[in-house]
Amino acid sequence: MTDGTPTRTQAQFASSHTAELTPSLVGATYSHRDIGLSDEQVRAMYRLMLLQRRFEEAAAKAYGERKISGFLHLYIGQEAVSTAAEFAIRPDDYVISAYRDHGIALARGVSARACMAELFGKVTGCSRGKGGSMHYFSKEHNFLGGHGIVGGQIPIGTGVAWAIKYRGEERVCLTFMGDGAVAQGVFHESLNMAMLWRLPVVYIIENNEYGMGTAVSRAHATPDLARRALAYGMPSAQIDGMNVFEVYRGVKEAVERARREHMPSLLEVKTYRYRGHSMSDPGTYRTKEEVEAHRKRDPIVNLRHYMLEAGLATEADLEAIEREVRAEIEDAVAFAESSPLPPIESLYEDVYTDPDYPFLA
Amino acid sequence: MAIMEFREAIRLAMIEEMERDERVFLMGEEVGLYDGAYKVSKGMLERFGPMRVVDTPISEAGFAGIGIGAAMVGLRPIIEFMTWNFSLVAMDQLVNHAASILYMSGGQFPIPIVFRGPNGAAGQLGATHSRSLEATYAHWPGLKVVTPSTPADAKGLLKSAIRDDNPVLVLESELMYSMKGEVPEDPDFLIPLGVGEIKRPGRDVTVVAHSKSYHLARMAAQELEKDGIDVEIIDPRTIRPLDIDLIVSSVKKTNRLVIIDECAPFGGVASEIAYQVQLRAFDYLDAPIVRITTKDTPAPYAKNLYEYWMPRLDEAIEAIKKVLYR
Ligand SMILES: Cc1ncc(C[n+]2csc(CCOP(=O)(O)OP(=O)(O)O)c2C)c(N)n1
Repeated sequence: MTDGTPTRTQAQFASSHTAELTPSLVGATYSHRDIGLSDEQVRAMYRLMLLQRRFEEAAAKAYGERKISGFLHLYIGQEAVSTAAEFAIRPDDYVISAYRDHGIALARGVSARACMAELFGKVTGCSRGKGGSMHYFSKEHNFLGGHGIVGGQIPIGTGVAWAIKYRGEERVCLTFMGDGAVAQGVFHESLNMAMLWRLPVVYIIENNEYGMGTAVSRAHATPDLARRALAYGMPSAQIDGMNVFEVYRGVKEAVERARREHMPSLLEVKTYRYRGHSMSDPGTYRTKEEVEAHRKRDPIVNLRHYMLEAGLATEADLEAIEREVRAEIEDAVAFAESSPLPPIESLYEDVYTDPDYPFLA
Repeated sequence: MAIMEFREAIRLAMIEEMERDERVFLMGEEVGLYDGAYKVSKGMLERFGPMRVVDTPISEAGFAGIGIGAAMVGLRPIIEFMTWNFSLVAMDQLVNHAASILYMSGGQFPIPIVFRGPNGAAGQLGATHSRSLEATYAHWPGLKVVTPSTPADAKGLLKSAIRDDNPVLVLESELMYSMKGEVPEDPDFLIPLGVGEIKRPGRDVTVVAHSKSYHLARMAAQELEKDGIDVEIIDPRTIRPLDIDLIVSSVKKTNRLVIIDECAPFGGVASEIAYQVQLRAFDYLDAPIVRITTKDTPAPYAKNLYEYWMPRLDEAIEAIKKVLYR
């Protein structure tokens, strides 16, 4: 079916969007204003990406000092995806993700304090210390988690979209996943039902080229993951994930289609994670040169150059943002360190909503 | 005998059986190029090639079912789950298919397959990554469930599992992989499925504990020795079939029973053993049976909650004293 005639929607979408990957923001054929971003928004995007980067650097350090336990999957390198996606939606839209969730939660506006405290297993964490790195949640921010089972969040995000349509709301649900999750049966089950029922969901595959140690080409018979949508007649696009403007354009278009037409989309965002799969993975399945080549396209450096070139900021402005972000992260670490552990009784809280559930010993 | 890590004992068992029988192959996520997420299959791809050490996509239901299909027509797959937590994605294949096909087909299709991988909590990984699933799977007739506690047991039991004509699930405690022990090098060293072992003979109280909990029982026994309490530890080694006779004969000697088990309490391994023992040895019991399990909640992340949630040494000691009225 992948070689069949595309539906009208696909054809339209493909022509406007399965575009060649734009190498950098500088020298792009359009400016931020052309895609509807104000100067202020661009500065905010930069700050948000930097916040995620510095947050995770601090988390990695705390992990090394054994202040954080469990698995820690860093998002470093992928910050343009979470950031652009956040700018393309509204606060009342929903977001759900897999376990590589720090950047996505921070982008949604969950505080660095609450995120860091969760890693430290403190009661002040965004999941009250119950979830840890892989299981961030924040109802206040319409952030529906951090999910630890690969692919588990995909039908759940689809269900959120079902609820939106059921209630006749004009909201959307962004459902993030890794390239690895595309191999799960629920991916296909979800896409089928989303298209069948025209649900306002945008599936975002963050294709960082590896699922743990397995390269995409070793896990997928057709490595162009966006093409999976063709089987369901769903609009789809492949997007450069190192270019925050490209991600913004792509997500924005899909979100508008979801909001107005209740039409789902599948976006494959090509990105890269600089670190190993988790803190315990040295990442020896890829070469130094490969990692270096991707670092050269760093989304933060990329935007930095653009801002300077476009006169959106001076070196001094960028320094000031850096200082501000560092202070915010230092404050988050201090907050996490000084926060209390959850009380032991809280082990039995929130298993059920009943305050008096008779637990067995 | 050689001293080796638990993971090496498992690898050796697989290598020996793959060399002995060319129908045996290993399949799972990251088992080949990556040497296994926990390095259990290190070097095996190089040794056996990509048709016998097979990397899969993250498609648990798919590759579990592929293993079952291959077994229906005469191969003998070993399917590795990166952890048993993720087997729940494939549970339908294990329970509705692997466990039932021989029966439903009136005996025409045995399913000689092994599913194996790390089980149980391994630190602060949160609710999705901490489950002990032996009770869940032992619930279903048609499946055998094996839970080794030492490298030697791991080797002998896994080899028996691979040679068994039924679906056998081997649940290896994630935290035990680097534990060392003596392992027989005899390529025909087999431990029969369903035969438990008295791992520490004692007079005063029977403690039944398998897998990682066995080591907790050992620590408790060592502590209690100081108080003159002599603990007998029975490791059932396989949960299904269960060596209930061994457990009952021990209880008839000591008249007291404590069960330590990392499963959730409701309908766990401990619950079944307690039922079987009261049925067969009610008159021999001098105290109610006590079980120590993880708490009746999902696994928490925070360090203090997690440590409280797991079966604990202080709880085990207290339970043993309790059945002795001390
Ligand atoms: C069902 C399931 N199988 C296996 C795992 C173990 N695991 C965790 S992450 C991962 C790789 C996922 O890769 P991908 O979806 O590409 O996400 P990325 O790590 O690249 O963000 C695997 C195999 C899991 N958590 N859940």
